[in-house]
Order: sequence, then C-alpha cells, then structure tokens
Amino acid sequence: MLFDIPSLMFYVFSAVLMLSAGAVITAKNPVHSVFFLILAFFNAAGLFVLLGAEYLAMTLVIVYVGAVAVLFLFVVMMLNINFEKFRAGFIRYLPLGVFFAAFLFIELGALLYQSLITPAPVAAVSVAIPSLNEVTNAQAIGQQLYTRYMLLFELSGVILLVAMIGAIVLTLRHRPGVKRQKIAAQNARTREQSVEVVKVQTGHGVEI
Amino acid sequence: MENALFGSITIGHFVMLSALLFVTGICGIFLNRKNIITILMSIELMLLSVNINFVAFSVHLGDLTGQIFTMLVLTVAAAEAAIGLAILVVYFRNRGTIDVDDISALKG
Amino acid sequence: MSLNELIFLTIFLPLFGALATGLFVRRVGDTRAQLLTCIPIVLAALFATIVFSRVALGHAEANVVLSPWIVSGDFAMNWALKVDALTSVMLVLVTWVSAIVHIYSVGYMSHDDHKPRFMAYLSLFTFSMLMLVTADNLIQLFFGWEGVGLCSYLLIGFWFKKESASGAAMKAFLVNRVGDFGFALGIAALFFTFGTVEFAKIFPAAAAFHADTPEASWLILGFQFPVLDTICLLLFMGAMGKSAQFLLHTWLPDAMEGPTPVSALIHAATMVTAGVFMLARMSPLFELAPIALTVVTYLGAITALFAASVGLVQNDIKRVIAYSTCSQLGYMFFACGVSAYGAGVFHLFTHGFFKALLFLCAGSVIHAMSGEQDMRKMGGIWRMVPYTYAFMWIGSLALAGIPYFAGYFSKDMILEAAYAAGSTQGYAAYWMGLAAAFMTAFYSWRLLFMTFHGKPRADKHTMEHVHESPRIMLLPLVPLVAGALFVGALGYYSWGMVDGHQHHGYYDFWGSAILVLEQNNTLERAHHVPGWVPVLPLFVVLSGIALAWLFYIRRPELPGQLASRVGGLYRFLLNKWYFDELYDRIFVRPSIVLGRFLWQRGDVQVIDGLGPNGVAAISRVVAKRTGQLQTGFVYHYAFAMLVGVVALISWLVYVMLG
Repeated sequence: MLFDIPSLMFYVFSAVLMLSAGAVITAKNPVHSVFFLILAFFNAAGLFVLLGAEYLAMTLVIVYVGAVAVLFLFVVMMLNINFEKFRAGFIRYLPLGVFFAAFLFIELGALLYQSLITPAPVAAVSVAIPSLNEVTNAQAIGQQLYTRYMLLFELSGVILLVAMIGAIVLTLRHRPGVKRQKIAAQNARTREQSVEVVKVQTGHGVEI
Repeated sequence: MENALFGSITIGHFVMLSALLFVTGICGIFLNRKNIITILMSIELMLLSVNINFVAFSVHLGDLTGQIFTMLVLTVAAAEAAIGLAILVVYFRNRGTIDVDDISALKG
Repeated sequence: MSLNELIFLTIFLPLFGALATGLFVRRVGDTRAQLLTCIPIVLAALFATIVFSRVALGHAEANVVLSPWIVSGDFAMNWALKVDALTSVMLVLVTWVSAIVHIYSVGYMSHDDHKPRFMAYLSLFTFSMLMLVTADNLIQLFFGWEGVGLCSYLLIGFWFKKESASGAAMKAFLVNRVGDFGFALGIAALFFTFGTVEFAKIFPAAAAFHADTPEASWLILGFQFPVLDTICLLLFMGAMGKSAQFLLHTWLPDAMEGPTPVSALIHAATMVTAGVFMLARMSPLFELAPIALTVVTYLGAITALFAASVGLVQNDIKRVIAYSTCSQLGYMFFACGVSAYGAGVFHLFTHGFFKALLFLCAGSVIHAMSGEQDMRKMGGIWRMVPYTYAFMWIGSLALAGIPYFAGYFSKDMILEAAYAAGSTQGYAAYWMGLAAAFMTAFYSWRLLFMTFHGKPRADKHTMEHVHESPRIMLLPLVPLVAGALFVGALGYYSWGMVDGHQHHGYYDFWGSAILVLEQNNTLERAHHVPGWVPVLPLFVVLSGIALAWLFYIRRPELPGQLASRVGGLYRFLLNKWYFDELYDRIFVRPSIVLGRFLWQRGDVQVIDGLGPNGVAAISRVVAKRTGQLQTGFVYHYAFAMLVGVVALISWLVYVMLG
C-alpha cells in the first residue's frame, strides 16, 4: 500500500491538507488561519499534480494562494481585529456543528459505499483526456476551453469584471479635500466658460 | 473502468477526502461565530473540496470536462471572495465590529 | 248574507283591525287606531250573534274551507273553519267580551302613550282565539293556541319597561310552553295513531278502537300504555298549562302585571278557557279514555280547592279575582272529567260574563283609587262609586251562585253532575267543589267589604280623588251585567245547554259537537239527584257570606287574631302554598346553572374558542413564531441554508439508496 511513491505522497498530502483545514477553523489568530489556508491550498495543488492536472495545480497556487489568500491577509491585517473574544461561542455550538458534519459525512460515505457495490453505467465520455505524453495539461485544457466552452469562458470573464467593479464600488471612499480631474467636464468646456475679454484701462488693474 | 487512479489509490479515496474537507468547511461555518473572515475561509475550503472532487472524477472517467469546470469554479470562487471581503470591509467601517452575533440589523 | 260569509267576516274582521293598526303604529293616530280596532270587533260580535242563532239554535252546520295549508306526501290539511254549536257559543263569548274590553280600554288606557299598539294586540289576540275555536283540525287549533299564548305574552308585558311585567310575561309564556310540550306530543301521538289530524276523521276512527286489540296499547320500555288514555293525558297537559290548572298555575297570578282590560279579556273569559274548550271539542276521544277522565276530575277538583284557599288571604284585589278564575276553571275541568261537558262549557259561558265584569269593575276601583291595588289601603268608598259598587255586587252574586243569577245555574249543575257520577272521583269532586264554593263566597264578600265598606284606610289625598269612572268605561259593562243576570237562565231554560236528553250520545243543543257515551250521561242523572244535593251548595254559600260579614264588618279584629293564631297556615296560604319557591328550587335554578354552563363552557370556550377566536389566536401564535425566524442574524440564515442542504442531500440519499 505504501510501497509506491504516488500512493505515499497521496497520503502525505491528504493528511497535511486535513490537518491544516482543521487548523483553519480552530485557530485563534486569524492570521494563523490564513496561513493554514495557504498550506491547505499548496497541498491540494500537490494532489492535483499527482492526478496529472499540473496546469490546474499551478493555477490553484497562483490564483488562490497568490490572490485570494493574500487578499484575506490584507483584510485581516487592515481590520485590526481584537481576537481575544473569538473563542467565546466555540464550545457552545460544538456539539451541534459536529452533529451536522458527522451526519453529512455518513451520508456521503453511504453514497460512496453504494456506488462501489453497484457501479452505475457510465455515460459516454464527452471529451477524452489526451495522453500526457502527447499533450500537456495546459494545452489540453486550452484546446477545449477556447473552442467548446468559449461562452463559459467569456462569461467567467464577465463575472470577474463585475466582481472587480463591485469591489471598487463598495469600498470606494471619497476623501474630502482631494482635487480630482473630471475629464468629461474639461472636454466639454466651451469658449464662453474659459475666456473673458476685458478692456483694460492703463494704470488700473483687472478684477478677477 | 480500471480501478486505480495511480498506484493503489482509487476514486474512493478521493471521494472520502473530498467529503471530509467539505464537512470540515461546514463545521467551520457552524463554529465560528465571532469571526466572519473565518467563515469566508471555510467557504473557500468547501470550494476546494469540490475542486478536488471534480479533478479526481475527471481523471477517473477520462473526461476533460471536469477540469474545465474546475477552472470555472476557481474563477467564481475568486470573485466571490473578493466581493465578500469588500462587503466585510465596508461593514467594519460602518459598525466597527465583525462580531457575527452583533449583526442583527435585519431582525424582523 | 250567507252563513259562510258571516263566519268568515267574524273571524277575519279582528285580524284586519289588528293588521291595520299594528303594522302602521306610527302612522295611525290614537283615535284612528281605536276606531280601526273597535268597529271591526263590534261588527264581529254582531255577526257572531247571528251565527249563534243560526247554528246553535237553528241547528245549521257550517264548514268553510279556506285554502290548503300542508300538502306533504300523504299528509294533506287545509285552513278550514268549522262552526257547530260549541264553536258558536265560544264565538259569542269571545267576540262580545272582546268588543266590551276594546271599548273599555279606550277609557282605561286614555293616559297611556301606546294606545295603537295595545289595541292592535287586543285585536290580534281576538283573531287567534277565534281561529282556535273554529279550527277543524288539531294543527290549526295549535296555531290559535300558540297565537293566544303569544298575545298573552305581549299583553302581560305591555309595560315592558317595568321589570316585573316583562318577567311575568316570560313566566306565563314559559309555563304555557311546558303544557304545550305535552300538547304537541299529544298531537303527534294522534297523528301517529290515526294518520290524520282532522277532527271529522279522528273521532270515527277512535270509536272503532276496541280496548283489547293490540293496536289499542303501546309497549314502551316493558310497560303497557293504553293509546287513547295516553293521548288524552298528553292533550290534557296542554290544557293544564293554558288554563292554569294545579301544578302549571304559577303564571296566572303574576299575569296581573298586565293592564286590567287584559286580565278581563284573557285571564277571565277567553284564553284560559281554551283548555276547557279543547277538552269539550275532544269529548269523543276523552269518553273512550276513562283513566284520563279520572285524572282530569281529580286535578280539576284539587285546583278548585287549592286556588280558593289561596284566594282567601290575598291582599291585591286583582289577585283575589285571578285565583277565583283559577278556581272556577277547576270547576269546569272536573265537570268535563265526569263527562258533563255541556255543564262545563255552560259554566265557561256564564263565568266569562261575570268574571270579566268583576275584573273590569276592579279596574274601575283601581282607577278611582289612583292606581292603588292593595285592599288593605281601601275602604269606605261605596257611596262615591255607586255604579261600580252595584256592578261588583251583581258579579259577586253571580260568582257565588246565588239562585237565579247566572252562576247559579251553571255551578250547581256542575256539582250535581259530579255527585251524579257516582264514582269515587265524582264524590270527591263534589265535596271539594262544595268546600271551594264556601271559600269562593267568603273571599268574594271579603273583597267587597274590604274595598267598599268600613272606615277609609287610604290617605286623604287619594280619598279626595275617588270618582266614578267615565261613561266610556261604564257603558260597556252593561251588557256584561245583563249577561251576569240573565245568561244563566237563558242557557238553562231556553237553550237547553244542560238538558240531559240524548240521541245516540248527542245532546239536543250541542249536536255533534259533544259526544257522551250512554253510560256516562251524568247530565241526565244530575237532574235526578237526591233533594239535598242542590240545596247544600246554597247553604254553604250563605254561610260563607255570613262569615265574611262577621270578619270584616261586625268584628274586624277577628281576621288579624286568627292569622296570628295559625301563623304558619296563614303564611302557607299567603305564599300560594310555596309553589313559586318550590319551582324555583327544582326548575329555575338548575336551568340557570345549566344555561350558564352551556353558555360559558360550551358556547364561549368550546365553540367560540375552537371556531373564530381559536382560529384567530392560532393564526396570531403561528405568525409570531414564524416571525421569530427572522432573527436578523446572518449566521442563523446561513445555518438555515446549511440545514436545508443537509436535508436535501439526506432526501436524495434516501431516494437513491431506497
């Protein structure tokens, strides 16, 4: 069971993943939580590599760890939270949470068991995975993503755009006293607004 | 279908792992009252477990569609995290606390 | 005019008067109301007399079918008016007394604000009573029966703002209802047995009953009940209620809360006599029910004695006369009980005249004494109200049965018939009737002496206002006086109302109205009783008058001494044998408790609680609970979502695995 490296690495990665997931939800310091989350992501990426989806693994690291987890860290540090009070409600709701979690877990296990006993007929493969010897994972994904799933790709781009705009709109603060340029107003300026011809008398100044 | 994905690891291992991770995320939501950020992180955990499931099955069935969807889930998760944190920041600015127990302004 | 037209007009003219006045109470003025009601009733009285002369004396028979009433499956009956000798006698009595009371009321109620309503009620009552006596089937009789009960309620409670009056009206109606319950059962039993409610069809069918056939008795709960006796007893229960016989008599004294003309009309001459009329009408049935007749005899005799005993000590002038009525009704009933129906109805007829006279004279006295009704506060006014005094004497003489006044013929006939019956109940009735006659004489003269003689016991202000009644109130009494004087002799000698000769069970005068079996012909035997039997009542009456003279004129301190010597007996009589208290304990209080229980527990808690209030309360509770779901805590909402997800997955798992 533990003889070949891939299996061993699977167990290692899975164990660390589970432990760090547990640590995410139980850590007192939210900064520690974020660190453990990052660890979890790394191990998941490892699992992906083991499965032969190395492009996804790298994407996971770049997007989740590099962007999302860092964002979490930013927010945690910015909010300057007092984390001593955090543990208060933990013990009270522990039984309830564990109960629900266990319940769900048992059901998923039962489903698995059932599916293993009576393997369901498998539908026809819609997109066959090309052998890794010929095509890299990135290339394979790219070949499908930009042809068959084009619309979904575009849509996800739109989603990201909306999220970006939404984040900015939500958190934008106008600081008073900051001078801004309104380009549209500048461009719409007419001659009457900007130039005033005054007959100046010698010796007298001009009132502005 | 062949039994193992690699080595002696079957699809069952991955399903179990994914289930455990998902349940952990749920636990995290239940248990963390005082800290919204931890709740958001638990959600990320759940999404991660789903991703693992997707990829595992994609390899198990030999269908690339699973991996495509993993990419899309990734995208959406990132967007959701961003918006969630933006809301959190604005809320904190207005209320001064992220204590979940205090957020009851919608009481009906 | 033909006989049918006359009959129709007699019955429906009062209805016209009632409707014209009653439906337009606000529009029609006082004078017009009085005219609109008095003129039709006087016309009706005239027509009734013509009908009487043609039907009773001329032996015509009339049956006017008006219209179909109930047509349901096999059961069909009509509105129809049947007039025979018995009906025509009642027609005369009712219309005449009603006409006199109408005119008297114009004077008596002159100070009242609600004259049109009063006159309308009087006419409505007259119509109901006329429908009762002209019914040719039991349902129409019951219609009239209930109608007079209703009008009695309306009239007793005429001054409804007075709490005692409205209470008395309700008491009258409720006690009547108890009797009506028996009556309705009797009608149902009759229909069940004979399949019809028409008199013309029931009587021949009843005659065909033989005592030993299986149809002649019912087997209920293991006991044998003879059919005809049971039916007659149930019908008699109705008569007990309506005619205020012993046990169902409690409403009659309280009914004096109504205006005096009401007492004269309803509680002397007409409504209370409906029971006797019904018994006479059903004579073919009662003759075949010996047990029922025995019960009737005993009850009538007991009533006569009981009411007279209570009347001995009453102090309200109207109450004395009311108990006197009750007692005389007892006489009529035990007369019917010994199969002397003719004598009973004859006494009904004469009694109507002199009792109405007594009541209306009492009304005049009350009017003269500015509303005072307590005899202990009267006295010494006979010179100031001579006409009233004279009329009252005549009425009392007729009531006591002094020879050749009206009551003598009828009352003595009844006593003789009771004796002649020869049965145990007959003899008992004779002796009880005799005792009651003694008491009747005593309290009638006690009333006269206390009211009119002796030193005046009223205060000076009242005595100054004592005046004779206006002519509008005196003139109507004249026909009554004439009746009290002559009707007895008329009935006995010229019309032969109590003539005992029979042809196949039918008398000459009464014709087919009254059936008396050969072996029960007490009227005939009454003419052949031993010599002392008719003389003894006269002797008894004279001694009663003498005793009253002794107690109230000669030695006025005696009554007080006697009362204190036998204080318990005195109080027992004064409180009407404690019947009201007894009934209060047995019936009224448990009813109130039951009613309150059903109201508060049954109605309010159960029905309202489960119904409208309950549903509203549940809605409110559910809404409040549901509102509590909206806590405002976001994590609660998140929980809800998670729990929902878990549930959904569980269901999916269940479906897939199961």
